[in-house]
Amino acid sequence: MKQIIHIARKEFSDGLRNRWMLAISLLFAVLAVGIAWFGAAASGQVGFTSIPATIASLASLATFLMPLIALLLAYDAIVGEEEGGTLMLLLTYPLTRRELLLGKFVGHGCILGMATLIGFGSAAVAIALLVQDVSYSTLVFAFSRFIFSSTLLGLVFLAFAYVLSSQAKEKTTAAGLALGIWFLFVLVFDLALLALLVVTEGRISPELLPWLLLLNPTDIYRLINLGGFEAGGQGLGVMALANDLPVGQLVLWLCLVVWAAVILGLAHWRLAKRAA
Amino acid sequence: MTVVVELKQVQQSYGDLQVLHDMTWQLRAGEVMGLFGHNGAGKTTTVRLILGLIQASSGEVRVLGGEASESRVRQQIGFLPENVMFYPQLTGRETLQHFARLKGAPLAQVDELLAQVGLTAAATKRVKTYSKGMRQRLGLAQALLGQPKLLILDEPTVGLDPIATQELYRLIGRLKDAGTSIIICSHVLPGVESYIDRAVVLARGYLEAEGNLNQLRNQAGLPVQIRVQGLTSEFTHPEIHSQRQLTAQWLELSVTPAAKLDILREILKLQPQDLEVRPASLEDIYCYYMEKAGAVGIAGVQQ
Repeated sequence: MKQIIHIARKEFSDGLRNRWMLAISLLFAVLAVGIAWFGAAASGQVGFTSIPATIASLASLATFLMPLIALLLAYDAIVGEEEGGTLMLLLTYPLTRRELLLGKFVGHGCILGMATLIGFGSAAVAIALLVQDVSYSTLVFAFSRFIFSSTLLGLVFLAFAYVLSSQAKEKTTAAGLALGIWFLFVLVFDLALLALLVVTEGRISPELLPWLLLLNPTDIYRLINLGGFEAGGQGLGVMALANDLPVGQLVLWLCLVVWAAVILGLAHWRLAKRAA
Repeated sequence: MTVVVELKQVQQSYGDLQVLHDMTWQLRAGEVMGLFGHNGAGKTTTVRLILGLIQASSGEVRVLGGEASESRVRQQIGFLPENVMFYPQLTGRETLQHFARLKGAPLAQVDELLAQVGLTAAATKRVKTYSKGMRQRLGLAQALLGQPKLLILDEPTVGLDPIATQELYRLIGRLKDAGTSIIICSHVLPGVESYIDRAVVLARGYLEAEGNLNQLRNQAGLPVQIRVQGLTSEFTHPEIHSQRQLTAQWLELSVTPAAKLDILREILKLQPQDLEVRPASLEDIYCYYMEKAGAVGIAGVQQ
């Protein structure tokens, strides 16, 4: 346990020092404030519209950004240590591979969590201060749910990054694979699902299809954030399938946690197999 | 004396490739051992086995009375890898503090060690600004965290200037006196020669020779070189293997070690101007065993 904290502490201070955390926080804050005020510009409105609309726009954005940032943050976690010669050295220390991996996970997770909290939290504060007659309880509920689920989504992709990093022999390979994972889950999966719908012309059992969404953590994440609003429940594209999904929010959260745990387990398995 | 490292009939294979054959030797407390061999002879594999990074395919590796994978054992091992860049964005002091925490060594030791390796002035500079020699010093300080009972140094003098190299060997002497066992892997044979108690010579994955330098010299039967200046008459002796004329009236004789004193007495009778006697060096011994093993000019690939 102590070893996990030591590794996490080092990763966290790395994140502070190379200004990763500052950059992510700033990016999130600027984008969130921008979306809150100009998100409806396409429909001819400028200014804050509603909390559900803002969260929906923010969630679409975070679906792209969180996985990318998490993968960027951690793709070299293992292979980078090896290239620096420190992986072999660390493994001669009283430190297990599990502790090394969990330490990195906790450290990187804290960076992501803090940056998300600061970035999106400041947008929430700005809305609370600047917008008149906004419901504070809805604001706090929607934004805390959004911040927590975004962090959880980030954790899933951190775990993916460790799998790649434990597998790859070179940093550049890991970077390439990371991009591939991002492409697969953020872009290809939904398109493939839609294509499946069209090609099979509905011959697939309609009960089964919505469950396929649970195979993509980014879809689970969007379901979490789109649900629960009276007005915002109608999703677009594959999200429309979610209306047929007979599961509650809690199950969705649980699915995301399971994703993170399973992928982290996979990463540990790959790391354990890796030659020191 | 207590045995610190013990290898018993260790075999190691990577897939079909067997890289260590029947390796058996011991290292006792307070001994300094040199581990030598050509590239790919199995030095790195041997070190990895001792460090517990890999498990032997068969045979037994015991370190400090246990398995090298136990954390109790690991806490007492210091290791200087051949090539380590560390974390470029951390300072020298932060790097050592990080490793001290992981090893459970007192943080107060960090500044002592930085002073010991001459990095006090650079302690607050980031490691990315360090030269190769400075990183090597940092690596050495790292290896000394927690006062290890077993120290493994892989090419410790690479990148060090001559004075730092001498300091390193002096440090090794002090640690040895304090009871630390030390394994040095090096290709800089003349440097380590006078600091090692024992040598283990590997070639093609086999243990070629093991013992102190005198034992190895005798075992190899390598000749002693005698150089004489200003001999007035021809000199012959049945125990002279070969002789050649060098510059400035120097004559170099290769003689059987056992006949060395006898021949010297004969030479002194001829009143030479100057005399040098050089027993077979570690390098000669090394070359002898490499030739014997047919391992000249082969190089393996690092696994």
